[in-house]
Order: sequence, then C-alpha cells, then structure tokens
Amino acid sequence: MTRKSRFLAAPYLVWLAIFTIIPLALIVVFAFTTTVTVDETGRIITAEELLSAEADGVVLGELTEKTVFTLDNITATSAYMPVMVRSIWLALIATVLCLVIGYPTAYLISRLTFSRQKMMLMLVMLPMWMNFLLRTYAWMTLLERNGWINKLLGLIGLGPFEMINTQGAVVLGMVYNYLPFMILPLYSIMTKIDNSVLEAAGDLGCNPIKTFSRVVWPLSLPGVATGITMVFVPAISTFIISRMLGGGTNMLIGDLIDLQFLGNAYNPNLGAAISLVLMAVILLCMSITNALDNEDMEGGALL
Amino acid sequence: MKATRIFSAFFTVIMLLTLLTAAPPVFALESGWEIDYSDYDWTRLAGDNVTLNVYNWGEYMSLDGGDGEFDVNGEFEKLTGIKVNYTNFASNEELYAKLHSGGSTYDILIPSDYMIGRLIDEGLLEKLDFDNIPNFGNVFDIYKSPEYDPANEYSVPYLSGIIGIVYNTTLVDKDDDVETWDILWDEKYANNILMFSNSRDAFMISCFRLGYSPNTTDENELRAAAEELKKQKLLVQAYVMDEIYDKMGGGEAALAPYYNGDAAAMIADNPDLAFAIPREGTNHFVDAFCIPKGSKNKEAAEIYINFLCETLVALKNSQFVGYMTPVKTAYEALTPEQQANTMVYPSDEILKNTVTYTTLSPAAKNLIDSLWTEILSEVGASPWMTPVVLIAAVGISLWINIRRYVKKKTATN
Repeated sequence: MTRKSRFLAAPYLVWLAIFTIIPLALIVVFAFTTTVTVDETGRIITAEELLSAEADGVVLGELTEKTVFTLDNITATSAYMPVMVRSIWLALIATVLCLVIGYPTAYLISRLTFSRQKMMLMLVMLPMWMNFLLRTYAWMTLLERNGWINKLLGLIGLGPFEMINTQGAVVLGMVYNYLPFMILPLYSIMTKIDNSVLEAAGDLGCNPIKTFSRVVWPLSLPGVATGITMVFVPAISTFIISRMLGGGTNMLIGDLIDLQFLGNAYNPNLGAAISLVLMAVILLCMSITNALDNEDMEGGALL
Repeated sequence: MKATRIFSAFFTVIMLLTLLTAAPPVFALESGWEIDYSDYDWTRLAGDNVTLNVYNWGEYMSLDGGDGEFDVNGEFEKLTGIKVNYTNFASNEELYAKLHSGGSTYDILIPSDYMIGRLIDEGLLEKLDFDNIPNFGNVFDIYKSPEYDPANEYSVPYLSGIIGIVYNTTLVDKDDDVETWDILWDEKYANNILMFSNSRDAFMISCFRLGYSPNTTDENELRAAAEELKKQKLLVQAYVMDEIYDKMGGGEAALAPYYNGDAAAMIADNPDLAFAIPREGTNHFVDAFCIPKGSKNKEAAEIYINFLCETLVALKNSQFVGYMTPVKTAYEALTPEQQANTMVYPSDEILKNTVTYTTLSPAAKNLIDSLWTEILSEVGASPWMTPVVLIAAVGISLWINIRRYVKKKTATN
C-alpha cells in the first residue's frame, strides 16, 4: 500500500471511527454498567428496599443516582435464552430455505443469455422497489383468518387455516424479504463460471451430478458464504416481521431489544447487553461461513 | 439577488403591517367558524418568525386531511403568525425515550397522566405561565390540580377517555357477560383475544380483575397480576396497539380492550362491533399539554395551549377524535345527542368507578417492566448461560479465524 492510497482511505476511516467504533464502544459501556440509587453515605439502595420503604412511608434521606460497573445485565440476558434460541432457529430455517430456493434460481439465471439475465435480475429485485413495511403488511392481509388465502381456499372447501401469528408466518416473511440478498451474490459468482469449464468437466467424463458436486458447487462457495451472511444477519435481528406476522407472541431477539429502547420497558443497559450477545452470535456465524470458503477465495466474495 | 432581497423585505413589512393593523376583534376563520378573539393578544409574536414544535399522539387532533375538516394548526398559524411543526408519537414510552436521549427539541408535548408525573419528577418539564393561558378558566374543576400535577403548575388537560372492551357481536355469545374483564380470560375465546402491547394498560386490566388498584406498588400483587397475564398469553392471538383497527375491523378477533374514542371510530367502520365497560372498574386517562425544559418558544407554546382551550377549537377536536373534552364551555356547546353519547361521554356513575394512573416509583416501574418482558418472552435458563455462550461464541470465532490466518500464512510461504 502506498502512502497516497492510505491517504485516500482517510474519509472512510473517519466515518468508521465516528459511526462504528464509538457506537460499539458505547454499547459495551452500557452493557457493563447500571444506574443505582445511593444514599448520602454511598450505600447502594436496592429496589426491594425502595419498594418496602415506599410501602411503609419511610424516608431514606438524600438519594442520588450513580453509574457503576456490573455484570448483572449480562447474566440477566440469560433469562431470555429461549428467545435467543428461537431467533437463531427461525433465522436458520429462513436461511436454509433461501439457499434451497435461491441456489437453483441463481444458477438458472447465470446460464441465460445476457439480455435475459438482466431481465430476470430485475424481476428478482422487483419486490424490493416496494417499501419493506408495506410488503410485510401485505402478507398480513394475505395470511389472516379472513384473509385472501383463506378466502380462496374456502372457495374449494378447505380451511380456514391458522396462518398468521405463527412461527411459520415469521419464517415466510423472512424468506420473502431476504431472498434477493441470497440470489444476488450467488448469481454474481456463478456468472463467472465459464460454460467451457462445465464442458471440460463433461469431456473428462463427469456426469451432471459430478459436474455439480466437483465443479459448480466448489466454485460457488464464496457466493454461498456471502448469501448466508446477508440473509442470516438481518433475519436474526429483525423485529418488525415478527411483530406483524408473529402477533407479538412469537417474540424474537430484535423485539426484545426494541422493547428495551423504544418500547415499554425502558432499560438501555439490558438492551445493550442483549445487543452484545447478538453481535457475538453474528460474529460466530460470519466466522463459520468465512471458513466455508477459506481455501481459495481469491476474489469473488462480496464480503 | 439584491432585487429579491429588497422585495422580500418589502413583502415582510407589508405582511407585518396588515397583521398589526388589520387584526380584527372578531376573527372570521376561513371555514366559516367565528371566534371572539378580542380578549387576548394573539398576534404579539407574529413578526418574530417563530416555529413551534408540537409532539402529539397520532390521529389525535382535528387536521384537514383534504376533506374540509377544521384545521387546528392551519387556523392557529393564520391567527398568530406562528408556524407549527407537527409530529406524532405512538406511546408515552416512545416520547419518554425521545426526550430522555436528548437531541430533539419540542415546545409542546401531550403525554398522559402518569407520564406527566414522571416527567415532573425528573425535572424535564417547564412551569407554565398561566397568565398567558386565560382559557384555563374554561376547564372543568374536576380536571384541575390532578394527582399527577397536584399544584397544577405544569399541565393543561387536552382530552380524556376511558378503556373498555371492544367486541364483535357476531363472534361473542349473546349470553356471555362482556361487562367484566374475566371474558378476556375465557378459554372459549382462545386465540380470539387481542391484548394491549403496553405494560401499563395490560397490568391495569389484570389488577382490576384481581381486585387490586391499578396503581399498586405491592410486589406480591404485581407478581400475581403478572401470573394472570402469563395464563392469558395462551389465549391471546396477538399483542397490538394501532393494528387493532385492522384486526377488529376485519373480524379477525372477537375481543380486545381499547380506548373509547378509537372504539367509536372502529364501530363506525364495522357495525358488528360494540363496546362494553367492565364493572370491576377501569382506567380514566387524561392527556395534557406540557412544555419541556429547554423550549425556546415558551410564550408561543402558551399561546398555542390557550388556542387549543378555546371553546370552538376544543369542541372541534373532541368531535373529531371522539374523546371527552375537559373544556367546560366546549362540552356545553355540544348538541344534547352528543352529550348523551355514552361511548364518548360515559355517565358519572361509570366515571366514579374509574381510576386515573398515578406515577409509579422507579422501583415499581422497573419491576413492572421486567415482569412484562418476562410475560412476553418465556423465561428460563440459569444466569450463567449467557456468559458461557458469549465466551464460547467469541472463542470459537477467534479460533476459526486464527486457524485460517495460520493456514494462509503457511500456504504463501
């Protein structure tokens, strides 16, 4: 790297410092601190003491608030492990479904003529022209008990089915919203696989299955890794999909964080601690997917 | 450039002159309404180029959406020359979070009772100068010096209402008693019940049902109320706020607790719906105007509050949003049919059986918050789960990445 190119990176480094590193540091600080009530002597007054003093009408003297270091927020998030597990589980299912649907789609698109490829890509992107919230809201009216799908099924004597407010609906919302993020990186890597490579594999005696498993799949791994990350990360931290399609009873980790910041339970310290755990999970996921294409991922991968 | 500047200066002078000289004692509003404005100096800030930031609930003021409704903010701007920048919030807690994190400057807030008390306690509100708000005299005495603002120094009531049960008459059995909170725990309606997604209202219902005060700070009572809410969760279809319009309107659910004014709007859309007020008692809420600390336009804000307490303006707002007006002269200006509409103006008997929220102590509030999070997300696992998972996740990631790095190094060497 020359001196000049280093200089060119300065704007991004400033951006990185202000909008990534400082907020990250703040989250860590919030996660490991809490505000406590102390009296004049500096003794910490617990919530139970405050409650009982209030009930008995006792005045505890001059009380002030202080920020202290604590591990309580981190241990408190343990209680929400079932939510965490559910988020990981649903995001995982959604990611696998996206891969299963997206992989053949991306492969087929990459084998079309150039003008057709453009057209198909536009079709993949088309739903994203509409606002994310509206798209999810539309699924609500489709899936409802008196919604369009149940009305249609009712015409042929089926149903009504309970579709809205289930985990299935949440996964559907994730797959629908994040599928383009799987198809696009896969497509961009697959267009680079030359047809002549496939022909060579055939000439050397590979049947179509072997061509796929020994040529196409290994060459597309960087795209798979990118696609998985780009679907899994937003899916695990979503909150609006689970609120609209899950009815608030299928709470995800994103809802829990939202609840601590903008929702009812205003507790930024706990919210920051949950975010920290979420970040660790995402870090793990990205490390694993990066390891997936570790051998020779020179070029290609978007991330 | 210069020419336009001269022109705009000239224009401003003309504007000012017309405003100062032509302000008539009786100000005829464009929409044909007439108010006697002679007893108050509305235009004193007209030339100061003031913009007032108003932060209100959504759908909670008579504004012209293109259908010729009385436009409160438009009329105010025309009358006083003060610009209004109007924005909305969805819950008291959202307003609190915005205010608490700083950075945003509002001049007028319209939170509910218990939140006003909390904002006063935390020193986030400015004392009002009631000399600028003579219309406060129009307010019913029962709305003066409320529990959340005992000396009545910080707030002026805007609208008030009560919580009841909206139900779909085609889905609820005629013989079932809807005038009790118990019906929200009736297993017959499993998966047909909607519930508040805000903790204060949800706990209010559970407390009334158990015979406690909704303002209880007793730990055992709060835990018992939370237990009941956990049992109810198995029957609840969804936890909602504004989504209720869609769901009740479309016949998605049979029963849902909600605010009376919104219920009236829902019934207007779907005649199958009806509204019942549980006899165990319910919450009577008051939303009131406040000025946050740090407002740069305090006097303009007080002029705004005074304007909204004008008989006609209060009347229009009450008619538009369907909630009770605390302004006596506005109530008296209602038609007898409107006064007799018990959905908007419940009888004194019902109002006697209601409780207004008080501000809970931080300790009690924290307890409710954590109980509420517990209700919404099943809770389990030992406290060491997270630290272990956290360390494991970071450890494995490090190991994977270091291994990759080493591999790459050896490959290049």
